[in-house]
Amino acid sequence: MIENTKYKNRWNFAFIDESTKKEIRRKLLKAVAIPGYQCPYSSPEMPISRGWGTGGLHVTLAIIGREDIFKIIDQGSDASVNACNLRDFVHAMTGCGTTFDTRKATLIQTRHRITEEALTDKQIYVLQVPQPEPLRSVERYEYRTRQMHGEADYAKMWVSLYESYVRHGDILLGAGYPVRVNGRYIMATTPIPRWDIPNLHQAETPYLFGAGREKRLYAIPPHTTVEPLEFEDVRFHIEDFSGALCYQTGYGKAFLDEIYGDDGSRQWVVNDSNFLDKLKNGETIVPFMNPYLEKLPS
Amino acid sequence: MGYVAVKGGADAIAHARELVEFYRLREQTPPVTVRQISSQMRLAVDKVMGEGGLYAPEYAAIALKQSEGEVFEAAFILRAFITTLQRRYYSETIDTREMFIRRKISASFREIPGGQVLGPTRDYTQRLLDTSLAEETAETVSQFLTKFGDRAEKPVEAGPYDKVVDLLRREGLLKPVNADEDRALKDITREAIRFPAPRSARLQMMARAETGGLMALGYSSLRGFGNTHPIVGELRYGSVPVRVKDPTGRVRYIGRIEVTEAEMVTEMPSGKKNEVPHFTMGYGLCFGQNDTKAINMGILDRNMRSPDGRSPATDQEFVLYHTEGVEGMGFTNHLKLPHYVSFQASLSNVRAAMRRADAANVAPEVSAANGRENAKEPA
Repeated sequence: MIENTKYKNRWNFAFIDESTKKEIRRKLLKAVAIPGYQCPYSSPEMPISRGWGTGGLHVTLAIIGREDIFKIIDQGSDASVNACNLRDFVHAMTGCGTTFDTRKATLIQTRHRITEEALTDKQIYVLQVPQPEPLRSVERYEYRTRQMHGEADYAKMWVSLYESYVRHGDILLGAGYPVRVNGRYIMATTPIPRWDIPNLHQAETPYLFGAGREKRLYAIPPHTTVEPLEFEDVRFHIEDFSGALCYQTGYGKAFLDEIYGDDGSRQWVVNDSNFLDKLKNGETIVPFMNPYLEKLPS
Repeated sequence: MGYVAVKGGADAIAHARELVEFYRLREQTPPVTVRQISSQMRLAVDKVMGEGGLYAPEYAAIALKQSEGEVFEAAFILRAFITTLQRRYYSETIDTREMFIRRKISASFREIPGGQVLGPTRDYTQRLLDTSLAEETAETVSQFLTKFGDRAEKPVEAGPYDKVVDLLRREGLLKPVNADEDRALKDITREAIRFPAPRSARLQMMARAETGGLMALGYSSLRGFGNTHPIVGELRYGSVPVRVKDPTGRVRYIGRIEVTEAEMVTEMPSGKKNEVPHFTMGYGLCFGQNDTKAINMGILDRNMRSPDGRSPATDQEFVLYHTEGVEGMGFTNHLKLPHYVSFQASLSNVRAAMRRADAANVAPEVSAANGRENAKEPA
């Protein structure tokens, strides 16, 4: 008997067909083997819009197992609309557990933030990348940027940082500050704020980056040197909240959101929603520590 | 307390999903059947199949219904559906000489072998709004069909007739494809496109590209931002057989698909001294009936083979990345997503720059005009 399977929604486990998942895993291995190198991959269409985290989804779905506990954040928040939608999707396609708790998650997907709570070697961190090419601002052609990476020709990038300093007195790069990985490739950090950049350096956790629309994967394996681009006399620095404290918890050593009341008044609140909840509940948290945070007054 | 506009996201998106479904159904009109869409919205279905990259008229019709007729969205749904399917076979090369022709025209000659076949087209209709369609009933439909009778000719087999390109080729007017042309065969659905891309990848990208995007760039090259003003050597629409090789190596027929093919002929002026001018061809092929897409593909195929460094239409990266409708729609729409973390990061920079400017006492009135007081950090 031939079974009529027409119209049966028979999704594969984790949506993507097996041979494509295998391909993505192979490309991920290559990306891990060459830290910071942008590895082209098939990037199949997802039922999520291009530019809305498809690259992160490819990575997540290619490596997720039934026992994984999945956490996803967007702008630091577990409850952000797009994060909710992607969480629903991953859960529906895999049946894996989901959590808001950074500590409990085995696989974390994110857009725009690294958690404030320190990550461990039992976790994998997946970042959604809108623009994987750090040199795009200085060279519009993909054909040439690949050549520049191949030859480690980063002169244009350095000149643009210098020009920014000369014109504005600082390197005016906000989110997505470029870094040099393992002394070789310059890499786009996706729009994570500078606040999070030092946490990429010599980390316990593998960071996997997926740029779906641009069809590139790259990675920072654990214990890899990651240096933000800086000059001897013009140093990289993290965001300056000028001593502002979270109005709910009085905490000052986390990335803060600036929020406005109906009367136009301004307050600050910890951006990482799970970290904020834990602070409020008085749970013990081990936050990320790095030399930049240590310098902040406690 | 609404401290983050997107908090409570799970509820909001669940309600939005229901609400949009409600908008589709709230008038309580009889549901449009998939069969109605695939027969009466034939060209929309063709467009969705082409841009979705999946030849499946029925699924394309379902996608159109699901997306309330939004072609971009429907094509996107089909593309996502493909991801769940394993690619088991590559078809043998389709031969359009085997086409059952429904339409075949040439602008370059008055008569062509096998004759010109105008076929189903609105090219020579007057675009007068036909208000009588508001009153169309099953009865008027069957009246029309009875009157039309069996005049719809059976499709003509392309048969032994030469194509227009054959005529030109025989006379040596058409320059053969350069030996230095990259003829590597790529599958752009299996690997990311790399530049410079071989022609196979370029044509595949364009076959799935958005019709309007191709048209904008194709048009730009005719208006002067490019180097061609081609004419239609031959434009065909009809069905062609598809065959695959089974594991024993036997080639098997698996069905027919409808395609539109455009062969655009352009005169190439001679570049060097003593070089004679000649003709060259741009090629376009897409699913279903879509003259605009095939023609503009042909224009851009020709353009991209003669990059001039000035015209967008001749620039592979420009054309191929930016005519990709599903990606373009996704990324331009992602700007709706919250961006407050990256915005906070740039706020921090701009405020610091303003403080430095203030300290240096540079144009304080400008800073004030910029609402400087808002930028003060809290103590």
